[in-house]
Amino acid sequence: MKTKRTAAIVAALTASVSLPSLAAAEDLTLCWAAWDPANALVELSKEFEAQSGHTMNFEFVPWPNFADRMLNELNSGGKLCDLLIGDSQWIGGGAENGHYVKLNDFFDAEGISMDDFAPATVYAYSTWPKGTPNYYALPAMGDANGWFYRADWFADPEIQAAYKEATGEDLREPQSQKELLQIAQFFQGREIDGKTVYGAAIFTERGSEGITMGVTSALYPWGFKYENTPGSYDMEGAVNSPEAVEALEFYKEFYETATPPGYTNSYMGESLDAFKSGQVAMAMNWFAFFPGLYADPATGGDKIDFFVNPPQNQAASTLGGQGISVVAYSDKQDAALEYIKWFAQPDVQAKWWELGGYSAHNSVLQDPGFVDSQPFAGDFLEAMDAVQDFWQEPAYAELLLAMQKRIHDYVVADQGTAQEALDKLIEDWTETFEDEGKL
Amino acid sequence: MSDGTMDRVAKATPRRVARKIRGLSDRAIAWIFVAPTIFLLLAINIFPLIWTIQLSFTNYRANRIGREVKNIGFRNYERILTDSDIWLNMQATAHFLFWTIFFQVLIGFTLAYLINKNFRGSPFWTTVIVLPMMLSPAVVGNFWKFLYQPQIGLFNYIVSFFTGKDPSSFEMLGQVNLAPWSIVIVDTWMWTPFVMLICLAGLRSIPDYIYEAAEIDRASKLRQFFTITIPMVLPFLMLAVLFRGIENFKMFDLVVQLTGGGPGSTTELTSINLKREAFEKWRTGYASAYAIILFVTVFGLASIYVKALNKVKER
Repeated sequence: MKTKRTAAIVAALTASVSLPSLAAAEDLTLCWAAWDPANALVELSKEFEAQSGHTMNFEFVPWPNFADRMLNELNSGGKLCDLLIGDSQWIGGGAENGHYVKLNDFFDAEGISMDDFAPATVYAYSTWPKGTPNYYALPAMGDANGWFYRADWFADPEIQAAYKEATGEDLREPQSQKELLQIAQFFQGREIDGKTVYGAAIFTERGSEGITMGVTSALYPWGFKYENTPGSYDMEGAVNSPEAVEALEFYKEFYETATPPGYTNSYMGESLDAFKSGQVAMAMNWFAFFPGLYADPATGGDKIDFFVNPPQNQAASTLGGQGISVVAYSDKQDAALEYIKWFAQPDVQAKWWELGGYSAHNSVLQDPGFVDSQPFAGDFLEAMDAVQDFWQEPAYAELLLAMQKRIHDYVVADQGTAQEALDKLIEDWTETFEDEGKL
Repeated sequence: MSDGTMDRVAKATPRRVARKIRGLSDRAIAWIFVAPTIFLLLAINIFPLIWTIQLSFTNYRANRIGREVKNIGFRNYERILTDSDIWLNMQATAHFLFWTIFFQVLIGFTLAYLINKNFRGSPFWTTVIVLPMMLSPAVVGNFWKFLYQPQIGLFNYIVSFFTGKDPSSFEMLGQVNLAPWSIVIVDTWMWTPFVMLICLAGLRSIPDYIYEAAEIDRASKLRQFFTITIPMVLPFLMLAVLFRGIENFKMFDLVVQLTGGGPGSTTELTSINLKREAFEKWRTGYASAYAIILFVTVFGLASIYVKALNKVKER
């Protein structure tokens, strides 16, 4: 009896002690795209739940609908998401339209320094106006467009000999965009293990952002610029420079001569499928998928290797990745900020990388063991040193859709010339910036 | 209603209400009954239409709540009507509309004519034929995407079987010259049964005695077909064309699933383009003007068509 009474008193005391924290416990919803790193984040967040008493819910939307779904949510002032890992290009709209909470005061109060994160990621994922110390997100997931290939095919002596005979060169990881195309063309239609295989899977998707993310992986290495002078919106001669025209023609040639048949509307999923089914020798995709690819029992392990987007006139990769923001319409901003504070800790960032997320924290990236921690870690670091992003303007969706149309019209539908496509793109973008009052 | 029921209703009506109603004219009572419907119609149809017209003269963007909304007159209309890309979308829509209706009427009427012969097993075949119509456009779009796949798609293999062409040598959804036909084929496959059913209703409404009289007059089968069957089915056929025309003018889901408007903008029908302007680019004012132009086009064409239909009926 006495034992029971003691237990009851202890239980009551425990309850009274823990009640305040229970009362403050919130149900937080974090919104992001539905992909491999999201699963890693769910795993990681369990630690936050245990420490804080808050419950984490997740709203993951497949990539093709992610922008539509989330931007509609923000534009309508929806309260679905307390935290949003939004695409880098949304930062301008998020800041100017008041969708994201400005984090400067919070960072100052909590001692979170942006100097602790890789500068390229802070610039791309957190700041608006670009490069100014006005922060609307914490870099959450570093990412860039990279490449992976069938290492076992590349190492096959017969294939190596055939390549040498066909090109006079050694088969190796491509050192330039043109070598990349040459290798892809070599594999195109080749019989390997009794099966016809193709050169490479590239992005050609029309509906969301696919072909733009793909083509910029060629445009940037050739030296493409959005403006002659940053911030001037002076696009003539930059967007349609001779280098840009050459790069666009290159991408079209790549599409026509080195991709699988029917590859007219393909993005991340199709690229992964083409590679995992043994259809292509190489494929472009975001680094975020690389841990999953390496772990794949059929085409991962020894059969796969990775390389950074090859340079041409310069080294450059298309930026992916996202920052984590607190949604201004959330009623649980304090709890959401608590999550960001927890997420910014070096040990959490280290675990994030361990689980398959791409940390942008210097303590992780500059760790001496980082480069050897994964077979793609070194490539990731190299890529992040030379990333370039699409417009991050509030009107980014309009700018993106214009580019999707002009590039797809030229590359896939074979309409007009590269010069015409880029000239028309300038017209579209000029109209948008005029509407925005920026020109 | 029987007298007994009337009495019961009268007794059940509260006195205060009964007193009030007693003083109302039949017209007023009719208005009371119709008013909720009119109110709903105004709220759901008329008000949004007027608001859309008003927005079409502005630079309003639904995603920029705080931004000043300027009246820009006919600028949106001018932009749309002088935009060569939009005319290409209109052209793609017209191609889709014309050929889907052409094939659906041709095949639908032929099938109805055959089914109407009441051969053995015709009810079974009717059920089989109408199956595609019962499927969701999203499902149809997805499985036709597989059928059109150049490496594993059944469609390419069937074409290859008959023509000897390599199945992976052509891409129904990826080639500019084939993509517009690929969406026509799928829509025809899906909606021909609908036209068939309407034609069947028309064929079954023709009294047998008319054919019997024609037989007595020794009219040939061909003459019976052109002087009895076609004229009597024509109003039904025209109705089917009207329904399919309106439906296909606003076609969205099936084409988005199949091609997403591509390759390039080859199959970007006006409805797809309008959705992009309104809900992806968020140019609300511009999209409103676009919607009004499409509305006027459909409304105008449908009005002319309905007049023609009434004339055919009167004959």
